[in-house]
Amino acid sequence: MGGHSNWPEWIYVAVVIALMTWVGAEAWEAERLVEHVPEDAEVIKVTGQQWFWTFEHEDGTKEIGELHVEVGKAYKFEVMSKDVNHSFNIHDYVVLMDAIPGRVNTVWFAPDAPGVHDIQCREYCGLIHYNMRGTLYVEDHS
Amino acid sequence: MVLELQKPRPIWQIMFSTHHTDVGLLYLITSLAFLFLGGTLALAIRAELFLPGSQIIADSMTFNRIFTVHGTTLIFLFIIPFASAVGNYYVPIMVRYKDMAYPKLNAIAFWMIPPAGALIWLGFADFTWYATPPYSIISAPGPAADMWIFGLKILGISSVLGAINFIVTILKCKHPDMSIGQVPLLAWSFLSSSLIIIVAIPTFAAALLMLLTDRLGVSGFFNPAMGGDPIAYAHLFWFTFHPEVYVLVIPAIGMMYEIIPRFSRKPIFSYNSGVFAFVLLSIVGFSSWAHHMYATGMSFTEKTVFMVGTLAAVPASAMHVFNFIATMWNGRIKFLTPMMWSVGGIALFFSAGAGGVVNSAMPLDFTTHDTYWVVGHFHLFVMGTIAFGSIGYLYYMFPYVTGRMYNETMGKIHFILSFIGTVLVFFTQHVLGLYGMPRRIFDYPPIPEWIAMNQIASVGAMIIGVSMAIFLANMIHSSGKGKLADIHDPFGLGGKYYYPFEAKNPSH
Repeated sequence: MGGHSNWPEWIYVAVVIALMTWVGAEAWEAERLVEHVPEDAEVIKVTGQQWFWTFEHEDGTKEIGELHVEVGKAYKFEVMSKDVNHSFNIHDYVVLMDAIPGRVNTVWFAPDAPGVHDIQCREYCGLIHYNMRGTLYVEDHS
Repeated sequence: MVLELQKPRPIWQIMFSTHHTDVGLLYLITSLAFLFLGGTLALAIRAELFLPGSQIIADSMTFNRIFTVHGTTLIFLFIIPFASAVGNYYVPIMVRYKDMAYPKLNAIAFWMIPPAGALIWLGFADFTWYATPPYSIISAPGPAADMWIFGLKILGISSVLGAINFIVTILKCKHPDMSIGQVPLLAWSFLSSSLIIIVAIPTFAAALLMLLTDRLGVSGFFNPAMGGDPIAYAHLFWFTFHPEVYVLVIPAIGMMYEIIPRFSRKPIFSYNSGVFAFVLLSIVGFSSWAHHMYATGMSFTEKTVFMVGTLAAVPASAMHVFNFIATMWNGRIKFLTPMMWSVGGIALFFSAGAGGVVNSAMPLDFTTHDTYWVVGHFHLFVMGTIAFGSIGYLYYMFPYVTGRMYNETMGKIHFILSFIGTVLVFFTQHVLGLYGMPRRIFDYPPIPEWIAMNQIASVGAMIIGVSMAIFLANMIHSSGKGKLADIHDPFGLGGKYYYPFEAKNPSH
């Protein structure tokens, strides 16, 4: 290689590969834990449509634009769409799952403190995409 | 090495010419025109987002159309034609051939761009540069959407024709005395990116046709109401457009490989490592497309495969950064405008890459995906790396093309303001994304952090806007009235050693 020693580059490439391997392994391990849905998670059906969210609890009660859940319970969202692609997002709890017509995607979370959080659409879905928002109420009933 | 004839000619002689430098000039002027058009739309977007509520744009429909055309313009009508301009000027000279392999095809490939640009701008579609179904099928208003589809179709054909021309020119028309291992790295970058285009573009070309027939209602490939699957489109799209990212970035890196050794007055640290990294990137680039789709409901296995494929591209990119730094190490560096843009571009390339590692790590992607983090991330590539590399190269080419020097002080001011602006806009957008602001929104709730960061970003954008006005004034004024350049050594670097292909090719 140009008649000069190239060992610094080899060391550098090895360090980069080692770093990427570490990042990949950590990410793999974290994602494996995150994707493990608890057995007793309550199912909430989430439906996105232009331009609002509908939530259906296991007992059949429906909410539009608002979602009430309890602290300490695990919830599994079944995310669907009625028209175009949306993305169901509770940013504070890193809940993100695309709502795609014709598919049911799942994502879960377990709120750990009472509070009020924003729900928003994070996939472009047309005219009122910017205001396809909702509110999550985490309540303490105990 | 004079790239353009000095004596003025009537404009139609340039327009109907098939000579590589004339076609290069046409590409150059067209791409710069679209740079300013697309940049103006960017300023409108940033002005609108300065505060919550409606500022200068009346409604969200207009806003959606503006960011769609902004993205489409700057990717397809600025970055790609600009690279073609540089390739047209330099590749034939570097492989020591009289012209491109197919001069008429070359001119045809260029002349497809203006009508495609007209279709995109006259239509002004609203479905983002990603044209995602089913929105693009059932909701996006025509004829804007259809015009966009035809425009992109034409641009795809133009890219493929250009790519074929570069590949044949480099592999078949290079001087018989020259081995492939002596072809300069800039030409290697065009060979790599052209090979990617040939493999990647046909997939999107097919997807566009399917999208069009879906819109016409005669098929339902991506329409769930007719049994289709929108995710199929996402796969086809990203199979083309993740590798396309490398199509955009590789020529810009190639341009830096021309500038950095010259202005460091040192040979390149490792030519072989540069070639190896280009070829590796153009192969590994195909193994990562679905990292754009983690949140569409992919299985754990799929996500893992594409995460590994994405991380695998990092060492190749990192090799370029190493090569640049090692070349500059102990060099007698002359920080003229082209060198400043290249070095700034490398710094931002490194930042963009570091952010990209975060995106590719599966659990972190769910924090950043479709937020302003992603906007900041890819803009650090397209603006911070590709546009910086390209603009630096434009300053470098300027004396060879016009025979005159640009104004060095204005060039440096342009760089400094653009660098500050780029950091303000796109670093801030990363943080804004971590606060959860989604992309592609016309209005946002008055969350104090969001407002503050949007304002920083908007101020940064205005600084870039001012710097670009200085740039335009410099280019226009200097090309007519600038100081005459010493064509043998316009940058005063000394020695023919730094212009190796000139010595071998005195007729140019």
